[in-house]
Amino acid sequence: MVAQARDAAIVGIHEFPSRDVEGALSPLQIKAECAARALEDAGLRLGDVDAIYDAGDGGGMAGLNIAEYFGLKPKVIDTTGVGGSSYEFHAAHAKRDLAAGKARVALLTYGSTAHSNAQAIGVGGRGGGGHPADNMDSFAGMTLVANYAMVAQRHRFDYGTTSEQLAEISVATRYHAMRNPEAVKAMEDLEFLDIRETTVADVVGSRMIADPLHLLECCMISDGGGAVVIAAADVARDCAKPPVWLLGAGEATAYPENGGDITTSAAAQSGPVAFGEAGVRPDEIDIAMIYDSFSITVLTILEDLGFCAKGEGGAWVSGGRLRFDRPNDGPALNTDGGGLSSNHPGMRGIFLLIEAARQLRGESCSQVEGARLAVAHGNGGMLGSRHCAGTIILGRD
Amino acid sequence: MADPTRPLPNLRDLDTQAFWLATKEKRLIYQQCADCGAVVFYPRRRCSSCLSANLEWKESAGEGTVYTYSIVRQSYHPFFRSMAPYAVAWIDLDEGPRLVSNVVGIDDHSSVRIGMRVKVRWEEHEALCVPLFEPA
Repeated sequence: MVAQARDAAIVGIHEFPSRDVEGALSPLQIKAECAARALEDAGLRLGDVDAIYDAGDGGGMAGLNIAEYFGLKPKVIDTTGVGGSSYEFHAAHAKRDLAAGKARVALLTYGSTAHSNAQAIGVGGRGGGGHPADNMDSFAGMTLVANYAMVAQRHRFDYGTTSEQLAEISVATRYHAMRNPEAVKAMEDLEFLDIRETTVADVVGSRMIADPLHLLECCMISDGGGAVVIAAADVARDCAKPPVWLLGAGEATAYPENGGDITTSAAAQSGPVAFGEAGVRPDEIDIAMIYDSFSITVLTILEDLGFCAKGEGGAWVSGGRLRFDRPNDGPALNTDGGGLSSNHPGMRGIFLLIEAARQLRGESCSQVEGARLAVAHGNGGMLGSRHCAGTIILGRD
Repeated sequence: MADPTRPLPNLRDLDTQAFWLATKEKRLIYQQCADCGAVVFYPRRRCSSCLSANLEWKESAGEGTVYTYSIVRQSYHPFFRSMAPYAVAWIDLDEGPRLVSNVVGIDDHSSVRIGMRVKVRWEEHEALCVPLFEPA
């Protein structure tokens, strides 16, 4: 076992509470609100920030735009944009930059008005954009949901995975969402029908969107945002809240390959790197914050991170195993309610870090007693074709 | 109002232009590296296995197997909304390339299967043809 390097820690968090700003706030304004609250949470001031990380949504020159809007002159600017995994990449880079002494306090910001803009994230076709890969398949009407459904279909074929097993992920996530007042408010504001805990039968009985994925296996489209403050070790020990250490980080890509296996994601590459750096095994993890764009995303990633063998995910998640009140059965999944039932403005990677930090501080609505270790895994892009993966292992003192 | 039409590829895209121009003659072409033998698809400037510039165009016989698929029941694109439900699939051509297309010419979408043998069926448009697939 390698020695854990405790050189950077999450010290401040804020999740923007509203999922429907009704067009009254811009993404940049949401970022500013969240930055102020996260710094307050940390007991730090704007002037302490000397590194900024932002996924660059909102147009070119994002690093400059954020710095000017916040009135910062940071020493490190990172606008890595890899969709839903961006903020795990940012956490990885912030850990590296702080450990190298390039900066002392890193600020990660995210804001989106996907709901107010009525963006059809999941059921729109892909744009015939500038990338040659898009030019090869935009004629076929592959929606984003269908892209993920392709993975589920092949997973069923190769391993006998069932819709009932996939539904367990939606059911556990909703169980947690119903305990989170912000998630319940989100579902109300986004006009979910019949807001309550769900059953496997509810999920498999909901409308089919792209076979074999049902409506209740698909994430919501919300407004939202968040901010995370990461500090170097000496700063972190003097902050208002206990530090949540970044113990390990891994980054990876995956894309279509002739003859390749679509049921294995980039997590199979990023996971071992992150766990290895942290000196932690999957069976030691208390909290699994896994990007739940769809049920199949979670199932695939749980396997790829090594919680169970490839192909065994369906059986492994069954029987309510992922609930927060089953701590002896492995990690609790997405205890904030996830993208399926709490917050999905397009790139929810930052919320994975935020809820992992809440759990390790003891602040979650679905608190796992004595939680010590968490994994946050972001998947950005599309699981069934080209995507990025960022894995972060977090731990408390 | 005219019926919505299928979105078509951009013939000016420099990597994929040769592929789409060949479809006008109902030829399904792909690249193979003359140095390392790798099949390269989608088409690009240099080999995605060894970065060699020595890529040769080959022609597929247009037959293959469904690797995976989904039946799309909801789309916001006007053309695809009018088509729904329809089958989108990854097709493994016998020569190696894996491509995205639609499985057509089936009475019932529930008859699409992984492992199903399919062959190309060209849908004609003004400047090019689109390679769709039907049961072989």
